[in-house]
This record gives sequence, C-alpha cells and structure tokens, in this order.
Amino acid sequence: MRLFFLILVMLYCNFTVAQNCNNTISGTVIDLHDRTLLVDAKITVLETKQVVLTSSEGKFSVSNLCKQTYTIEVYHAFCETKTYKIEVSKDVEKVFRLEHHLEELNEIILKGKNIKVKSKTMLENKISKQDLERNSVKSLGDVLNNISGVASLNTGNTIVKPLINGLHSSRVVVMNDGLRMEDQDWGSEHAPNIDINALDNITVIKGASALQYSGNAIGGIIITETTKVPVKDSLYGKTIVSGATNGRGGAITSQLTKSYKSGWYGKIQGSAKRFGDFNAPDYNLSNTGVFERSASLRGGLNQFSSGWEAYYSLYKVETGILRASHLGGAGDQVRAINSPQPLFIENFKYNIGAPNQDVEHHIASLKGFKKFNNFGTLDFKYGFQQNKRLEFDIRRGDAKDEASLDLKLNTHTLILDLDSKMSSTSKLKLGLTGQYQTNFADPATGVRRLIPDYDKYNAGFYAVLDKKINNQLLYEIGARFDYTYLNALKFYRTSFWESRNYDTIFQDIVVEGDFGNQVLVNPKLNFYNPSATAGVTYKFNEDYTLLFNYALASRAPNPSELFSEGLHHSASRIEYGDLRFNSETANKISLTLQHESKNFSFTINPYVNFINRFIVIEPADVLQTIRGNFQVWEYRQTNARLVGVDINSTITLNNHFQFNHQFSIVKGKDLTRDDALINMPAASTKNAIIYKNKKINNLYLRLQSDYVFEQNEFPNTNFEVFIPEAGTREIVDFSTPPNAYHLLSFDSNIDFKLNETSSLSIGLGITNIFNTKYRNYLNRFRYYTDDLGRDYTINLKINY
Amino acid sequence: MKNFKLITLALMTLLTFNACSDDDDATPTPVNEEEIITTLTVTLTPNGGGTTVILKTQDLDGDGPNLPITTVSSNLTPGTTYVGSIELLNETEDPAEDITEEVEDESDEHQFFYTISSGLDVTTTYTNFDSNGDPLGTTFELETGAISSGLMTFTLLHEPTKPNTGISDAGGETDIETTFDIFIQ
Repeated sequence: MRLFFLILVMLYCNFTVAQNCNNTISGTVIDLHDRTLLVDAKITVLETKQVVLTSSEGKFSVSNLCKQTYTIEVYHAFCETKTYKIEVSKDVEKVFRLEHHLEELNEIILKGKNIKVKSKTMLENKISKQDLERNSVKSLGDVLNNISGVASLNTGNTIVKPLINGLHSSRVVVMNDGLRMEDQDWGSEHAPNIDINALDNITVIKGASALQYSGNAIGGIIITETTKVPVKDSLYGKTIVSGATNGRGGAITSQLTKSYKSGWYGKIQGSAKRFGDFNAPDYNLSNTGVFERSASLRGGLNQFSSGWEAYYSLYKVETGILRASHLGGAGDQVRAINSPQPLFIENFKYNIGAPNQDVEHHIASLKGFKKFNNFGTLDFKYGFQQNKRLEFDIRRGDAKDEASLDLKLNTHTLILDLDSKMSSTSKLKLGLTGQYQTNFADPATGVRRLIPDYDKYNAGFYAVLDKKINNQLLYEIGARFDYTYLNALKFYRTSFWESRNYDTIFQDIVVEGDFGNQVLVNPKLNFYNPSATAGVTYKFNEDYTLLFNYALASRAPNPSELFSEGLHHSASRIEYGDLRFNSETANKISLTLQHESKNFSFTINPYVNFINRFIVIEPADVLQTIRGNFQVWEYRQTNARLVGVDINSTITLNNHFQFNHQFSIVKGKDLTRDDALINMPAASTKNAIIYKNKKINNLYLRLQSDYVFEQNEFPNTNFEVFIPEAGTREIVDFSTPPNAYHLLSFDSNIDFKLNETSSLSIGLGITNIFNTKYRNYLNRFRYYTDDLGRDYTINLKINY
Repeated sequence: MKNFKLITLALMTLLTFNACSDDDDATPTPVNEEEIITTLTVTLTPNGGGTTVILKTQDLDGDGPNLPITTVSSNLTPGTTYVGSIELLNETEDPAEDITEEVEDESDEHQFFYTISSGLDVTTTYTNFDSNGDPLGTTFELETGAISSGLMTFTLLHEPTKPNTGISDAGGETDIETTFDIFIQ
C-alpha cells in the first residue's frame, strides 16, 4: 500500500523544463451564451503541461512561452472541454468561449466534467431524454427494449424486467441516481421500481466492467441519471400528458426546477399513470390494469469545488395480474394451455382485483463532493431505501383481502469514491462501499414465507485505472472485492428438510424449539467475491475504433436462490432453492468495432460469457399433492456459456432521411448438460426509417418494423400430468417457444414555440399497426394469452 | 467546509436513527397455513342399507414433498344408489379446522367436479346448489351400474366460471384434485 502511494505521488509530479522563452498568452474565458465570465476554468498548455485557473474575474495568463504553435485545452465544469491551436510569436490575448450543454449534460453527481464515461473500453448504449419523454407511459423495461442486446422478461405487459445479453434479475444491476436499487430484484415477476419520468437519461453497459458500481453485474448495469441543475438564476419545468387507447389510460408528469447563481437549487417532480385492462387483438385481458404514482424532491448546493444534495423519492405501483393466469396446479395449467383463449374474460374495467401486486419504494439520500487541488474529487453518498411488497392472491374465507406475501426490505448504503486525475493521460478511481440490509417477512399473511427474515452485510472496495498511451490507444484496468455476510432465520417444512438430507448436513444450524411440522434454522453464510476488468480502446483513425474488454464478475446467490421452498402461488409452481449454493463466476470477453462517418455509422459487438456455477431455475419434476399435480421448479448450479452479437447501424441519406438497423442474437448453452439454456431471448431485428425536418417545426416521423424470430434452442421441459377426464397421463408441451412474429409501429413528433421561454411538442403514434396476434417466448403469460393488440398513443409536452 | 460539517452532522443523525429502529434478533413466529386443506373424506351411504364406503385423501405436509395418502374402505355394490357427502379438513391445526363450512358459505365461488374414467359404470348427480341455482357439490348422489372398475377424481375449483358445461371450460383454480381407484363388485 505504501509503495502504491509513492507511485501515486510520483505520478503527480510535473517536470517542467526551464526554457528561454518569454511570451505570454492571457485573456478571459466566457460563457458562449450569456457571456458571463467563467471562474476557475482550467487552461492547460498541452506541450508544456502548464496549468492555470481563471481568476474571479475570469482572467488568466500563461507566461514563459516560446515562439511556436501551442495546443491549449480549456476546461470548465458544466461545459464542453475545447482545444485551440494558437501560434505564439509575441504576447497574445484571447477570449475563449465555452458552451454550456445543459440539456445534454449527463451528470448525476454534482461535480465538474461534462459527460461522465462509465467504462472506457465497453460500448455504452444510451437512451436519450427525448426517447424517455416520448415513452412517458412506458416502463423502464419497455424503454430499454429499444437497445440492441436488451430484451425483457415479462409477466404480462406491465411487469417488465430488463434482460441484458440473455441475463436478468440479480445479474442486472440498476444504479438509480448513484444508488444501487434494492427492490427485491430476485424474482422474475419483480420489475424495477423506477418511474422513467423522473429520469433524464439511461446508460446501459452490457457487462460487469464498470467496477465502480458493482462487481456482480454479470449481465450488465443500467445507470439512470438526472440532468445537473445549472448554476444560474432560473426557474424552469416541463409537463407531459400522454394517453393511449389500449388500456384506455394515460400518464401525467410534471417537474419544476429553481436554481440560483450562488449554486443553490431545488427540484420537484411528480407523475401518475393509470391504465385499465389492456387488450389482445381478440379479447380483453382481464385484471391487467396498472396504477403508478411517484414523487421526488431534491435540493442542494452546487459549487465548483464542493457541493451537496439531499434527495427523497417515493414510488408506488399497483399492478393487476391477468386473472386467467392464476391457477392451481398442473391440471389447471393444462386446461388453460389447451383453451384457445383465456378461461377468464370479463368486460373492460379500471379496477384492479386479486391477483395483484402493491409495491412501494422509498429512497432518501444525501450526497456530497469536494474537490482537492492536485488530488482529485472525493464523493460521498449515503442512501436509505425501503421496499415494501404486497402480493395478493385469490383466497378463501377470512383471508380473502389479506396479502399472501408481505415483505419489507430496508437497505442502508454508504459509498465513498475518489476520482483523481493523476496526469493529463491517466485517471484513477478508488472507492469503498458498505451496506446493511434487513428483510422482514410478515407472518400475518397466513402463508408460509417464500423469502425468510434476514440481515445482510456487505463491504466492498475497488480501484480502476485508465491511461491514455497516445491519441490512438487507451487502456483500463480495475479490480474489486466484495464481502457479504448473510444471517437468516428460516422455517423449513420438516418433510423438505429431511428429503434434502439437510438434517445431517446442516444439523448445526437448527434452532431448538417445537414448531409443529416445521424446522427453524439459522444459516450464517459468508461470500467472498473478487471481480476484475481489463480493456483497451484503439482508434484506427477518425472513423474506426475498436474496443476490447475482459471482465471477471462474481455474484453471491440471492435469498430466493438459497431459501425458496414451497408454493410460489403467483407462478402456480413449487420452487426449491438450495442452501448449499456458492457464488457464480463469470468471465466475459467483448469486442466492439465502431465506425462513425457522416453518412454511415455502425457498431458490431460480439461477446462470449462463460459462467461457472450459473444458477438457473427450471422445471425439474412434477409433485403430487392433495391439490393435484404441481410443477416443481428447482434452482441448480451449472456451467454455462453465452455467445452473442449485437449490431447497430445508421444510414443517413440526406438531411431528412435516415435508416436505423438493429440485430441481436444470443445463444445460451448449459455446458454441464450439453443442452440449451432456458429462457434465452430469440434473435430479433429492428429496422426503422426516419424522416426529420427542422424547417417544419422539427417534424419527426418514424416507421419501425420489429421482427422476432422463433427461439429454436430450448431445453425440453415438457412434463407428464394425470388427466382425470382421460384417466391417463399426458405429456404437456411446456417448452416449445411460440412462432416468430412481425410488428409494425409508427411514431411522430412536432414542436411549436409558444413564446420566448416555452414550447409545445405533440407526438402521435401507433403500435402493432396491423393488430397482429403474437406471443413472446419470454412472457410468462404466453401459455394463456396473446400479447397486446393495436394501440394509438398521443403525447403532449410543454417546456416552460 | 461549513457544508461538510452539516453533511456529517446530518449523516450521523440518520445513522443513529436507523441504528435505533433495528429489529432485534427475536425468533420469528412460524406461519401455519390457514387455508390449506390436508384431508378430503367422501362418505358414500347406500340407500336402503348396506356398507358405507369411505374414500379418503390425506396430505399433512400440504405442498411439501411427501405424497398424499389415498384410501378406499371397500368396494361399491352394483346397481345401488349412494348418498355422498364430502368433508374437508385442515389437520395442521389442533383441533382440525372444518373447511367444508367455509366452502359452503362461499358456495357461489366453489364447485366440485366428479370425473369418472371410461370403464367405470357410475353416474353422479349434484344435490346441493349455490344461491344462483348452480351446482356446488359438497353433497351428491352416486348411482352404480354393472360390475366394473376405474378411476374417480374429485376436483374442487375455487372461483370457477359458473354456470359451466364441465371442468374444461370452468377456469378457476384447483383447491383439491384427488383420484381414487374404484371397484364395483
């Protein structure tokens, strides 16, 4: 460690060579738009490595310059860094104009630097503010679906879980405004608890290489951010009202920001979204409505060398679950699968009845940063999250209105990051995280706990270094280590405990006491998770860049994978976890070739991901109970390999016409069993033609085609079930994926200026134009119902 | 620097508050499932005297890995009409809870179905109904024909579509599905 600091100090030293030169460049740095003087802008003479800051009057002066051409880099927080070539033959006076990029600013954190790159050797995919605004009524998962290589695991159309390069749930980390979301992401029917209207942009990194966030993002990281508030006296806001015919609902969202020149600011945001039953082309999807509300409040002080922010947000969603999907055992499943349309169809209604979910997520956070000269920026974050999840099933008798699952997950997170520019070509990021999490499962539900009470402690630290060798080559290396301690109290059914032989393997953890036909155990588990990344970026020329990245990631099993034991009612199946699981480890290599030119640009991103002890849940057995047969889904660990490629391209014909193409495919293989992995997204391609015209009020028209191929690689998980009517056992085809399908959608937008400071945008769209009947392999309701039919949407946005 | 002091102070307060609100390591209470049905007993009493036949299924660990135990007390007599009644119990509670009452109270949300495999010469008729006049089926009449054998399945559906033409279009959710080997001799 001492050696390390020594190196650090050495790297900081600037060796200046004495010269016999006496020319000076002096001048001022101003804001291009409002001509205000910029204080503390950094002027760097690249050749001599001289660095000066502008004074409180925005003035600077660099002396001892020779008679030659110099490259001057001008940098200021909140502005785009600019470089100038200046020929020095005598003393020169210059005015540097920098542009504030307020709309595009992608900063979450309050510190300087305009666009923060999360990983320098991995392709980053972004969803812009415009795309978010246009999809105001959609969920996070729906919006992310537009990125190549990102699909979704759906429970109907309102519970949408992002799936990155074939992986989901705990393998996809969602960093919401600097904090990792702790919203019980383990379940396939637990969607991220985020309102996209509270966000300004989203970045997706398809891998674990951004170690500053997490070391266990085997699938990838979704980073959601809000725009930084400008340092000037201002009051602005926007309101978006959207409506859609399918579901006969809409959303309204509004936000208002007040900022001061002194750096103080405050922002308030709120949204509400309400839909009734959605419909498939031929019938109503009973009980699929959704009611979502969110509100957030932030305020703080934003200065050049330090700042802080306090933030609170509340997200609440009630989601109906298709009534026809609520089934008893396998017999019901067979009847539902064989029925040409859902066995329960009622007329449209807004009211959400059982089965349904009622989820609430609170975030309270406090952030601060401080810049130290010649040392770097120190960031501090504390966050508290509370996630309350209620799930209601169709129940009998007194329990009718009681939830059958009631979980409360509290998480405290502390993050300390140091970001230091060691030289003009290298940067070092160091950080520490600590987390305490506690889960409480309320026994008042009268249903055995699916997830037990537990306490979890996590500590991690990381270091990431990137260095620019020359203008063409950059490398990045990093390492991270996480320690997790999990202390749970879990009731097992004695019959299960013994059938698994746990009574001999785990006899030490049994808690004394008489609990009828159950055993109480107290597992205390330790997990040590190292992760690392290494990558290079090579720029062949202005047009072509190659990115190579290797990431080692490891992930401790989540509570669901460890402790599940019993009937998961909302999935009408019995789920078994395994107490003996250890961490899964992934080695992912990804390569990206990027081409960018005026008329044509593309990225090709092939990758391979080897995952050891990959935890997968699949149908394993059929169990006979007094309630009939139940499918048993069991978690198991296996060695897996995922290979795939994501391709994007854009052809710009002229100022008006543009073509976008996307293709992605992933092949998942269970190496241990030499079989396909279950629930891998099918290959898909998206192709769009876009017309834009700035002269006609920014008119934007887009026609998009989405083609999803049939998944032809899947494990055979068909099962035999006793059919009383026939008096025989029959094989149920539970595994064959649905056919390929093609959907067409149209989207448009036009802007109107209302007055000096406000503008109105109107958007109209149609999805599934031909009302095509289709089913998606990754929608859990595909057995029971067609997917959504045609939908007309309207979107009004006012900026003020 | 002043702000930093403020932040530190705020943070300490938060941490202190949270530290206090922690739940202690109290032993959690076990959940005894209230809705579970562990036992179904069908009593078939012959009209005009004879041996009463008891069909019983018991699954004490519910959806745990142990299989249900099914028993039939004796064979049925050919050409006989039996009065059938069904009793449902939750035996994880002590004393056992009678679930039949609950089902009969919510008669419009429940229905029993009797599925007879081909070969078994038996016909059934519902003898109790819900408030809409649709069948409930906790009581029924069973008529045996000639000497034969086969399977008889009792299915209790929760929230089926009522009225329906049979189990295949009834939807709903299975609360009980249990099959007995029946001999008519």
